[in-house]
Amino acid sequence: MSMADAPEALHSGNWTMSETQGAIDCDVHPTITGTRVLAPYLDGFWRDSLAERGIDSLDSISYPVDAPLTARADWRDATGTAAQSVEQLSGQVLDRWGHRTAILNCLYGVQLVFNEDMGVAFTRAVNDWIAREWLDRDSRLRASIVVPMQNIEHAVDEIDRCAADPRFVQILLLASGEMPLGRRACWPIYAAAQRHGLPIGIHAGSAYRHPVTSIGWPSYYIEDYASQSQAFQSQVGSLICEGVFAKFPDLKVVLLESGVTWLPSFLWRLSKFWRGLRTEVPWVDRSPMEIVRDHIRLTVQPLDAPDDPSVVRRIIDHMRSDDMLLYASDYPHWHFDGDRTLPPGIPADLLQKIQVENPLATYQRL
Amino acid sequence: MNNVAATPSLDKTAVQATENGPVDCDIHTRVRTIADLKPYLSTQWWNYLKTYGMRARHGFAKAPPFPKAQPNAARRDAWPPDGGFPATNLEFMRAQHLDHYGIAYGIMNPLVATGQGDQNDDLSAALATATNDWQLDTFVNPEPRLRASVVVPYEDGLASAAEIRRRAGDRRFAQVLMMSRTAEPAGKRRYWPIYEAAAEAGLPVGNHVFGYSGWAGTSSGWSSFYIEEMTDHAVSCQSLVTSLIMEGVFERFPGLKIVLIESGFGWMPALGWRLDRAWERMRDEVPHLRMPPSAYLRKHFWVSTQPIEEPERPEHLLDTVDWVGPDRIMFASDYPHWDFDDPRLALPSALGLERKRAILSGNARALYNLV
Repeated sequence: MSMADAPEALHSGNWTMSETQGAIDCDVHPTITGTRVLAPYLDGFWRDSLAERGIDSLDSISYPVDAPLTARADWRDATGTAAQSVEQLSGQVLDRWGHRTAILNCLYGVQLVFNEDMGVAFTRAVNDWIAREWLDRDSRLRASIVVPMQNIEHAVDEIDRCAADPRFVQILLLASGEMPLGRRACWPIYAAAQRHGLPIGIHAGSAYRHPVTSIGWPSYYIEDYASQSQAFQSQVGSLICEGVFAKFPDLKVVLLESGVTWLPSFLWRLSKFWRGLRTEVPWVDRSPMEIVRDHIRLTVQPLDAPDDPSVVRRIIDHMRSDDMLLYASDYPHWHFDGDRTLPPGIPADLLQKIQVENPLATYQRL
Repeated sequence: MNNVAATPSLDKTAVQATENGPVDCDIHTRVRTIADLKPYLSTQWWNYLKTYGMRARHGFAKAPPFPKAQPNAARRDAWPPDGGFPATNLEFMRAQHLDHYGIAYGIMNPLVATGQGDQNDDLSAALATATNDWQLDTFVNPEPRLRASVVVPYEDGLASAAEIRRRAGDRRFAQVLMMSRTAEPAGKRRYWPIYEAAAEAGLPVGNHVFGYSGWAGTSSGWSSFYIEEMTDHAVSCQSLVTSLIMEGVFERFPGLKIVLIESGFGWMPALGWRLDRAWERMRDEVPHLRMPPSAYLRKHFWVSTQPIEEPERPEHLLDTVDWVGPDRIMFASDYPHWDFDDPRLALPSALGLERKRAILSGNARALYNLV
């Protein structure tokens, strides 16, 4: 793509229903309102534990239940909750916007628990709940496998278990966990992902093993949310510098709800340092920019950019690839009003790629 | 040692010193040994230092947690012939750097043996004031092109304010110096006495990358490699900028100016856009902000160039310069470090002469009141 191209069609951002028909929505969130929702999917010991120990909630502060961002006001039901049923989600996303598929990424705070066995029990329950109460009820839905990161062997077991169901199309990790995701201790997860042909989806949010910044705990939720783009930067650096893509050449990683526009300048910096420091990481045998274009994809909602189509066009030019962006509404997180599911400024000639081709190329099981 | 002999006097492209020469916003002069600070320390603190040493918020007694790419992170040709460390010998630095590039002014940001971020706040305070005296005696007094930074024990806000007030009005100091990785985000109230004293004294606060916060290097734990640490400095700076803005530091101190040193600047536009989007949605959480976050970013922050980002298409950096504001960007060499930027080569030529002059000299002269 050249800056000197003739003026091209830049969409104003006022999408009509017909323009979002048939899109693949790569990031939607079912809501779990309490551990009782998972009780039917827990074995006797853990089901009893919920009552005996008063384990009612695994809500994460990554998305405070009533914060504006967590759910758009008109998507909340009479209880103030969004997306807690197939009817709600399918009606508002698939029926209304005519999307052909939506991928469910459940963000209930099962990563936050410290007890490894509890982690296994709850992730299993989440995945079973998704399969029974969502995937079985609407054939347009697909889902990511939630894995117990408290113990990598258990995470691999859960991947192997759920991968048998072809409606699970991705493995879901959080942007901030116990250790950077490139670390070799995490590699059995990537081996399992490659074995099953599943991409790794890294979603905004934290297990809060560490503060959300490298400089401690900020005061405000708005800072927590803003810091997520920084978490993604460190993770991309880790995945590349540790050599994950050298070891797993078929692996695709999707960055979910990352904000997107931080990527080009981060790569400019990382690639510059790579030229001077590649003796430290000799397995990084080509520029990080090339590695990212081959292996990493990003969902477009939210797109951290002004409502200025010409600026958005410049940023997409900076990414130097048409293959990287994946359509997503991030429903029910509140990033847009009405039916403006895509940010303004996305070039019209990229629409089909973003909405269909790139997701199909990324998710083999779709 | 694989050092390279420096022969600056034979370099025929040496720039003649002019009064319009570059202003270098990041020079790392250092002590030859800790003993250089002894004249400026009490007997009590000298003995403490010899016995217990400095203890940053990490485990290494003498080494940095991530080993550098080169010894002392320095250029191989920057070791002076007297056998000392790079940037300890004024005469050599004049020849190799100040005279060679026609540097009009250089701002010193000492990093070694300053005690900044030490676990012991009182030791940190003693070393800070000693470092400030040492800067003046060793470099600024004999070399009129150099300016010092007021090193402060930033984890102790009140002691830092006292040190700033001690130096206020002394034009040999161009700014206050903090490190980017603080124990809490930079906007937190414990640091407000620093900003109050700096604003009162009319001094910008230079926030240079490094320091050891005591937390892991990323929000997801410790990375493995130096290359990650270096790249992640841009990440930490995004967090510190967010904190300064969201905590309302600039509402409380409207005259405060912050210089981000060695973090690059490519990340700034995306951060501003992200903060604005979040604020549109959740401004009720931060009612003390009266403008969008990007407006504070535009009004209160300056950035140094080095290590300047290098896109595959150099014209992409011009977009970034436009978005950040060409009046906000100031040249820095990072002499004597290995990733040093040469003032003749570092800036894309497509910037054009006017913007290049502003970045090489004009912006820093205006910010630091250099005449």
